Amino acid sequence: MLLSQLNAAASPLSQEQVQKLQGLVAELNPIQQAWVSGYLAANANAGALTGGVAATPAAGEAPPLTILYGSQTGNAKGVASKLKEQAESRGLTVKLVNMADYKPTALKKEKFITVVVSTYGEGEPPEDAESLHEFLTTKKAPKLDGVKVAVIGLGDSSYEFFCQTAKDFEERFNKLGAETIFQRADLDVDYDDEAAKWIDGALDAFEPDLKAQQQASGGQVVAMPFGAAAPAASQYTKQNPFAAELSVVQKITGRDSTKDVRHVEISLEGSDITYTPGDSLGVYFLNDEALVDEVLTLTQIDASSTVKLGDEELTIRDALIEKLELTQSYPGFVEKYATATGSPDLLKLVEDKAAMREYIEPRQIFDIIRQNPAQLEAQTLVDCLRKLQARLYSIASSQAEVEEEVHLTVGLVEFDAFGSEHLGGCSGYLARRAEEGCKVKVFSEHNDNFRLPANDETPIIMVGPGTGIAPFRAFLQERDAREASGKNWLFFGNPHFTQDFLYQVEIQGYLKSGLLTKVDVAFSRDQAEKVYVQDKLRKNSQEVFAWLEAGAHFYICGDANRMAKDVHQALVDIIKENSGKDDEQAEQYLKDLRSANRYQKDVY
Amino acid sequence: MSEQDKNVKLSDNERLKRESNFLRGTIEQDLKDEITGGFTADNFQLIRFHGMYQQDDRDIRPERAKQKLEPLHNVMLRARMPGGIIKPEQWLAIDKFAEEKTSYGSIRLTTRQTFQFHGVLKPNIKGMHQMLNSVGIDSIATAGDVNRNVLCTTNPVESELHQEAYEWAAKISEHLLPKTKAYAEIWLDGEKSETTEEPILGSTYLPRKFKTTVTIPPNNEVDVHANDLNFVAIAENGKLVGFNVLVGGGLAMTHGDTATYPRKADDFGFIPLEHTLKIAEHVVSVQRDWGNRSNRKNAKTKYTLDRVGSDVFKAEVEKRAGVQFEQSRPYEFTHRGDRIGWVEGIDGKHHLTLFIQSGRILDYPNQPLKTGCRKIAEIHQGDFRMTANQNLIIAGVPADQKAVIEEIARNHGLIDDSHTEQRKNSMACVALPTCPLAMAEAERYLPSLIEKTEALLAKHGISDDNIIMRVVGCPNGCGRAMLAEAGLVGKGPGKYNVYLGGNREGTRIPKLYLENVGEDVYLEAFDKLIGQWASERNEGECFGDFVIRKGIVAEVKVSVTDFHA
Repeated sequence: MLLSQLNAAASPLSQEQVQKLQGLVAELNPIQQAWVSGYLAANANAGALTGGVAATPAAGEAPPLTILYGSQTGNAKGVASKLKEQAESRGLTVKLVNMADYKPTALKKEKFITVVVSTYGEGEPPEDAESLHEFLTTKKAPKLDGVKVAVIGLGDSSYEFFCQTAKDFEERFNKLGAETIFQRADLDVDYDDEAAKWIDGALDAFEPDLKAQQQASGGQVVAMPFGAAAPAASQYTKQNPFAAELSVVQKITGRDSTKDVRHVEISLEGSDITYTPGDSLGVYFLNDEALVDEVLTLTQIDASSTVKLGDEELTIRDALIEKLELTQSYPGFVEKYATATGSPDLLKLVEDKAAMREYIEPRQIFDIIRQNPAQLEAQTLVDCLRKLQARLYSIASSQAEVEEEVHLTVGLVEFDAFGSEHLGGCSGYLARRAEEGCKVKVFSEHNDNFRLPANDETPIIMVGPGTGIAPFRAFLQERDAREASGKNWLFFGNPHFTQDFLYQVEIQGYLKSGLLTKVDVAFSRDQAEKVYVQDKLRKNSQEVFAWLEAGAHFYICGDANRMAKDVHQALVDIIKENSGKDDEQAEQYLKDLRSANRYQKDVY
Repeated sequence: MSEQDKNVKLSDNERLKRESNFLRGTIEQDLKDEITGGFTADNFQLIRFHGMYQQDDRDIRPERAKQKLEPLHNVMLRARMPGGIIKPEQWLAIDKFAEEKTSYGSIRLTTRQTFQFHGVLKPNIKGMHQMLNSVGIDSIATAGDVNRNVLCTTNPVESELHQEAYEWAAKISEHLLPKTKAYAEIWLDGEKSETTEEPILGSTYLPRKFKTTVTIPPNNEVDVHANDLNFVAIAENGKLVGFNVLVGGGLAMTHGDTATYPRKADDFGFIPLEHTLKIAEHVVSVQRDWGNRSNRKNAKTKYTLDRVGSDVFKAEVEKRAGVQFEQSRPYEFTHRGDRIGWVEGIDGKHHLTLFIQSGRILDYPNQPLKTGCRKIAEIHQGDFRMTANQNLIIAGVPADQKAVIEEIARNHGLIDDSHTEQRKNSMACVALPTCPLAMAEAERYLPSLIEKTEALLAKHGISDDNIIMRVVGCPNGCGRAMLAEAGLVGKGPGKYNVYLGGNREGTRIPKLYLENVGEDVYLEAFDKLIGQWASERNEGECFGDFVIRKGIVAEVKVSVTDFHA
């Protein structure tokens, strides 16, 4: 329906609202309109979600399919959203809930549960899943006889405890009496196809029972295509990325730094790709041609041999450069390569998980080929490798400031191993091989879990050491452009003040202009005792607490394994110290902040 | 202010001195600011009064701008060492700090007989002052609008005379120091106290920097004509009896501003020893009250003298001090260079003067100068003396230690018999990459300029001769190019003004010969001039005298009229 045809009779809006909407739309360009549409949809969705969590289903209401997700980087959440979308398109009632927001007491009311959860580190649950994961082992956990459950895990098979959290959830649900209705899937990093397959299968399994129950209770089901909630209007996606011009790759650490961090600017001109501060950019990269040629020599494969990748036919050389993973190693590759080459050494590893892990740790895929060369058919090699995955980077700019550009802060992964320099796949490409002016394939990935407060007057505290500074540069640009009056406090850290103070001059400018109210920095290696951002938080304990009490939003971006945990612990201590709360109450304080979207993380 | 329009607006430096609460400013807050490595606003200037300059590595300034990093701010510290004497234990502490806490790792000896640390980052500044304090050194008033480090001819031979002269240098330095406790409060965590007056320097300190020497003729190592106030030692039978007082020397000028010029000091006459401090105090007080405080380029004592008249200035000093200058006593300067190598003093002690190119003590490949100095300091029983030519004297060595010290010096490149006279008579200021004023290279360029000059001397068959040659990065005067036979003053990258016609003794100002030229131009000119000098000079005639006699440049007799003529 065109807006000009819109009237009160044909819409749920009043005549006055219609006029207001028409007035607004007249002022907006197509990109802005698309953004508003996405914004409103997301807003409505968020409202529905919060409402849904709080309310227990009234008697007689049909039990929905509850999708519990526990996500660290957003992948599990993405799969959960797809599941919701698919279920709704089948006309099923669905409740999508972040485990962190889920009240465990609601479990006894559930009939149909799907769990989408990732695993990280040494088989640990993502932070959002921690309390539910633990709750299920306690005596408080209810009997779940008659409940149907299906679990899907996300992980990285290069880790020893691959998808351990998903396994735990399934086992714990089963122990409480719930029945697995569809076989668990453990997704590896290249998960799109498998996830889609599992969603279809699981929904097929749930659908008959769900429909029966939902019809019995006379529940009305309104199918709403999930796509309407997607905020972007651009046609470019992960599957169909945009070939964007790489305009700037500038090293922003000093010449004596131990780190090589690049400020990257990419032009989105002509793509209609829009993003919001807090979003990420997916970047596809090309593998190092020299490595590809070496791999071909080692496997005695002719570079022009044709191979099949899905439906696509191309030369092995092109496939290795553009389509296949050659850096991040994982056990699946070793297994397939061991079988393909018959290498006894590698085959032995397949039998021994611990040894496998130790073997993979220091090696990139090409190291394994280099150290175990064997003559192979081109297609055999291709079948050993998995699809190259786009790398996600937190966006470091706001379109309010940079318009049709997107900026990233990319830390180059570099290390020496086996007598040669090794680079990260994408960071190596951006920092060393890609030339300014060339095209890179990108797409934007939305992250509604990392957003500025809607209210411009709300104070924010940003903790972003290292490349974790990226989204906060976007936040600051956005708040600057919006002339937001809320106070902004930044915590930054890195090894050395003189070499590693990312965006120092910009930060100084924001301090001078007053946009940044406070900046605290922790340069860990500038003094005998190491100082980190969490130490700086503790040093400002009273004031941090005062800001939180005054309604501040608290953001963390950067390292998930250590920093985010240490910062969380510092927050717990700060809350205890200033309010007399005990550990549990302090944790609850933070949980409440999280529920109110006032405690957000973008950690990796 | 007698002749100045009272309505003339004072320079901004006067405001900042007045508002500084006796040099405190907000330096302490800046030290706590972790977002910048620099000092802000007035503090940037105020730290100079505490002996530091904010600098940055200019080589990488553009690179860091692209990296979105601020310039690599650091400070250079200049110690206060009247007469340039350092004890071995002090040397060891200085060496350790230079090695561990400075970006460049060097100890830089300067033309003001002291040492500088280059490249000290803000978090290390307080520790630096505390380290210095622990070995009895400070850096009070070695920069800024105050009386700076007092020089004293090193003269190790006449040990008794030197000792007396040195003691006067130390006394004058103490007497003219700022009385504010700001230094101790800020850097040494001293107790806070209120300062209410500066009895000698005044609450807004001096209009401009002020330099003082105690000089023992016939060696003019300190270059009296580069200084505002000189006490030229007059001895009778090896005993110091008093000083001839020379006032109003100074070499700084500004490119393109003919109201600025280098100027020699005027001889006010002789005073007996007992009036020394009083005269020092009142030369300072007259300059304090009469110096130009609205135009800093016209603020030094030399301009005050030319404005009010030397006689008027002198009469005012006599009036305030209650002392009449007597007729000047005869003295003569014969040279300025250091005698490199060993000499024996009249007290039977031995003294080894080490030639240190551009005063930079650093461990170079195959020439670990700094390690050598440290090893000497570890066993040395006398002291070290920094000369105004940026060299180092190992002074007071007993005969039985001579051999071991010589061995260390030779093993570490501190004695190098291949150094030519040309090298020993050449000098450069620090300039790039650290000095913010430098317009061209100096210290880093000097070695190659020396080689090229040596080649020209060789070409014309006079390899044993030399020209007092000085290269400076700007016209501000640190390397005293305006008292050289051939002085190169930086004008832009690779471009210099070339001045010719100073003399060996340092009693004549050179004159502009080539303006804003590159190396090809001035080397070609040197080639021609050295050729002429080699074939047409009189017996023993130095290069500076030769170019004057031949009319290649006109002699500067009275700077104010002749220098820009």
